[in-house]
Amino acid sequence: MALRTGACVLRYNALRTTARSLFTRTQPESTQNNVKPAEFPGAKAPYVTEMKFLNETSYDPIPIYRVMDNNGAVFESKEEPSIEKDTLIHMYKIMIQLSQMDKILYESQRQGRISFYMTNYGEEGIHVGSAAALSPEDLVFAQYREVGVFLYRGVTVTDIVNQCYGNVEDLGKGRQMPVHYGNKQHNLVTISSPLATQMPQAVGAAYALKRQENNDRCVICYFGDGAASEGDAFSALNFAATLDCPIIFLCRNNGYAISTPTSEQYRGDGIASRGPALGIRTVRVDGTDLLAVYNAVKESREFAVKNNKPVLIEAMSYRVGHHSTSDDSTAYRSIEEIQKWTNDESPIPKFKMYLESKGLWDAELEKSWAKESRDTVLRTMQVAEKKKLPHWKEMLEDVYYEMPSRIQKQMQEMENHLKKYSDKYPLNKFQSD
Amino acid sequence: MASLVTKNTTLLIKLIKNVTNNSKRLSSHFIYYPDNEVPVEGETAKMNMMQAINNAMDITLKNDPTAVLFGEDVGFGGVFRCSLGLQEKYGKDRVFNTPLCEQGIAGFGIGLATAGATAIAEIQFADYIFPAFDQIVNEAAKARYRSGGQFACGALTVRSPCSAVGHGALYHSQSPEAFFAHAPGLRVVVPRGPITAKGLLLSCIREPDPCIFLEPKILYRSANEEVPVGDYTLPLGKAQVLREGDAATLIAWGTQVHVLLEVADMAKEKLGVMCDVIDLQSILPWDEETVCNSVKKTGRCVISHEAPLTSGFGAEIAATVQEQCFLHLEAPVSRVCGWDAPFPHVFEPLYLPDKWRCYQALLDTLHY
Repeated sequence: MALRTGACVLRYNALRTTARSLFTRTQPESTQNNVKPAEFPGAKAPYVTEMKFLNETSYDPIPIYRVMDNNGAVFESKEEPSIEKDTLIHMYKIMIQLSQMDKILYESQRQGRISFYMTNYGEEGIHVGSAAALSPEDLVFAQYREVGVFLYRGVTVTDIVNQCYGNVEDLGKGRQMPVHYGNKQHNLVTISSPLATQMPQAVGAAYALKRQENNDRCVICYFGDGAASEGDAFSALNFAATLDCPIIFLCRNNGYAISTPTSEQYRGDGIASRGPALGIRTVRVDGTDLLAVYNAVKESREFAVKNNKPVLIEAMSYRVGHHSTSDDSTAYRSIEEIQKWTNDESPIPKFKMYLESKGLWDAELEKSWAKESRDTVLRTMQVAEKKKLPHWKEMLEDVYYEMPSRIQKQMQEMENHLKKYSDKYPLNKFQSD
Repeated sequence: MASLVTKNTTLLIKLIKNVTNNSKRLSSHFIYYPDNEVPVEGETAKMNMMQAINNAMDITLKNDPTAVLFGEDVGFGGVFRCSLGLQEKYGKDRVFNTPLCEQGIAGFGIGLATAGATAIAEIQFADYIFPAFDQIVNEAAKARYRSGGQFACGALTVRSPCSAVGHGALYHSQSPEAFFAHAPGLRVVVPRGPITAKGLLLSCIREPDPCIFLEPKILYRSANEEVPVGDYTLPLGKAQVLREGDAATLIAWGTQVHVLLEVADMAKEKLGVMCDVIDLQSILPWDEETVCNSVKKTGRCVISHEAPLTSGFGAEIAATVQEQCFLHLEAPVSRVCGWDAPFPHVFEPLYLPDKWRCYQALLDTLHY
C-alpha cells in the first residue's frame, strides 16, 4: 500500500514537472504578445505594458521555519534531525554552561572585577545549534555575541575568563576588550569591535578555501540585524554571490541594535529578503528553536561546500539581556516584553523539554549540571584573577611581524622611563622579566 | 565609491591615452630620470612601469599557487593595463573582477590572507581607497596585534595608482600616503620607476605585513628602464640615496623624486653645489637612519611631496629631523608640498610643488 502511494506521488510529481516546464516555456510568448524578450545585459526579464511598482508588500513575508513547539514537541517527525544522544546532551550542557558563565561574568563586571561584558541570553540556541551542524574545520567569523560557538568548539571557560581579565594566559595578550575572543587552533577568527567588517573578510576566506585542493570546508559568518545595515554587509553578500564562495551567512535578528528597534533599522522583510535579491539561497528560521537552526545550518553547509555557493540564514530571536554592561535596556523597551521572551520563547527550556521528552534529561541532572557549570566559572575566575597581566613589552609586540627600529626605540624609551618612574605605574600587576 | 561617470571605460581609456601624452602637456612638471644601475645581475628587458608591475605579478602568480589578483576591471587587463594577459595565463579563478565596492575588495583581500592565500588587491585609483579605510586601518593593520599573533593578513597587498597625472583633478590625483602613515601595522610603499616598482612590489607581496603599494600613475607609461627579467626584491623600510653631496638633503618619493633630481642638477649647474637626493620609498615604517645621517652631514633639509602640506608625511620627517639633528641644522627644515586645497583641475601646474618652487626653497635654505 505504502509502495503504491509512493509510486502515485512520483507519477504525480513527474506530471507536475512536465506541466510546469510546458507552462514556463509557453509563458514568455503569451505574456509578451509575441514581442521579443528584452536584451538588456543587466537583467533577464520580459517587457510589460502596464506600469507596476513593487514594494515591501509585493511579496509574502518569508516564513519562519520551526521544528519544535514551545514545549519541545516536534511538529513533523521527518524534520527531526538525527543527532546522537551524547551530542544532544552535550549541546544542552553547553547552553547551560554559557548562561551560567554569562550570569557570573555579568555580575563580576557590575562589581568592577572585569571592565566590560556582553551576555548571550536568548540566543544560546543559535550558537549551539549552528556550531553542532558544522565541521570543526570550518572557519568561523563572529561578531561578538556567539560565545556558545566558541564553547562548543572546545574553547574552555578558562580561555574565556582569561581573555576577559586580559591576563598572561590570554591568547590575545590582553590587548582587546573582554568578549573579543579568538582561537586559531579551533578555527575561530579573532573578534574585532568594528561591526560587519568580518563579513567581506569571511567571503575572502571562503574563496581561499574553495581554491584549496579537495576542499571540504566552508566559512560561517555571524552578524546581527544592526550590522546588516553596514556597507560591508552588502559588499559581503554581493561578493559571495558573484564570486561563488562556500559561505554561510548567519544573521542573528534579535530585534535590537543597542536601543534601535528593527523598525528603525530597515523597512523590508528583515534581512532574509535581501538574500534572493542578491542571488543567494536563503532561509529564515526560529532562532529559539535549536533543532531548526541545526537543520538549516546542516543543509546550508552541504549545499555551500558542494556547490561553492553562499547561503543566508536569518535566525529570528530576541535579545533578552542588555546590549552590554554599558547599557540599561529598560530605558527603551518594556519589562513585560523582556519577560515574555524570557519565559515563553526561550531556547533553553524549549530544548530542555525536548530532551526530557526523550528521557535524556531530568530535574536532578539539571540541578547538578547548573551547579557544576557555576562552580567551574567561579573556580576559573579565582585563578584568572590571581594571574599577572602580560609583560608590558607585549604592548609593542605583534604590531608588525618584525619590530621596526622606530618601535624598538619607543620600547627603549618606555623602559628608561619606567626605571625612573616605576612607582607611578601598576608594574606589580604585570609579568616581569 | 567612484561615480559612474569616472568609472566610465571610455573616459578611462581617454585618460590612459592622455597619460602617454603627458610628457608633452606637463613638460614643466618633471623630467624622468631613469635608473641606470640594476639591483641584480642577469638579463634585463626594456619595460615601462606598468610592464614592470605586470611582470612582478606574473612572477608571483607563477611561483605561488595561492596567489590571486582581483579588483575592479582587472580581468581584461586593468584600466592602466597592469594586469594585461594575466587572466588568460592563470585563469579566471586567479585573476578576476570584483563588484564595484572598495570596502568589499579590501575586506575580501584580508579574508583571503587570513585563510592562507596571497592576495593582491587593486583599488582603481588611490582617491577611491577611502571607502576601504576602515578595513585597512581598523582591520588589516591591527589583525596580528589584536589576536596576539594568532591571525594576520600579511599576505595582503593593496595596489593603487596615485598622484598627479596632468588633468586628474580632485579624484584622480590624490596622494593619500599620510593617512595610512598614521596606522601602525601597515607598510606603505611608493616606487619611483620600473626597477623599484618591480622589486618593491615583490617585497610587499612576500612581506608578512599588510602593504599599501601606491603607484604614481603618471609613470606607468612615461617611465622606461632596463628592468631585470628575473626574480628580485628590494628592501622595505629602506630609503635610497640617489645623489650625494654636502650642501643639502633633498627628500621625496614617487614622481617627486624626479623633480628633486632635476633641482639637484639645477643647483649643481647654477650654484655649483651638490645635494644628497633621497628617495624615501617606504613611507611606513620609514628609514629615519638614512635621512638623519644625511641631514647630519649636510645640515640642511628640503622635503617635497605632492600631497597637501598640513599633516602631510613631510611633517613627520621634519619633526624627526629637528629632534635627531638639532645641533647639525644650519637652516629650518623646509617643506615644499601641494597647497592645503583639494587637488584642482585647471590649476594643476600652479598646485604642484614643481622644480621652481623646490629650487626656490633650496635657495632659501642654502642662504638662510
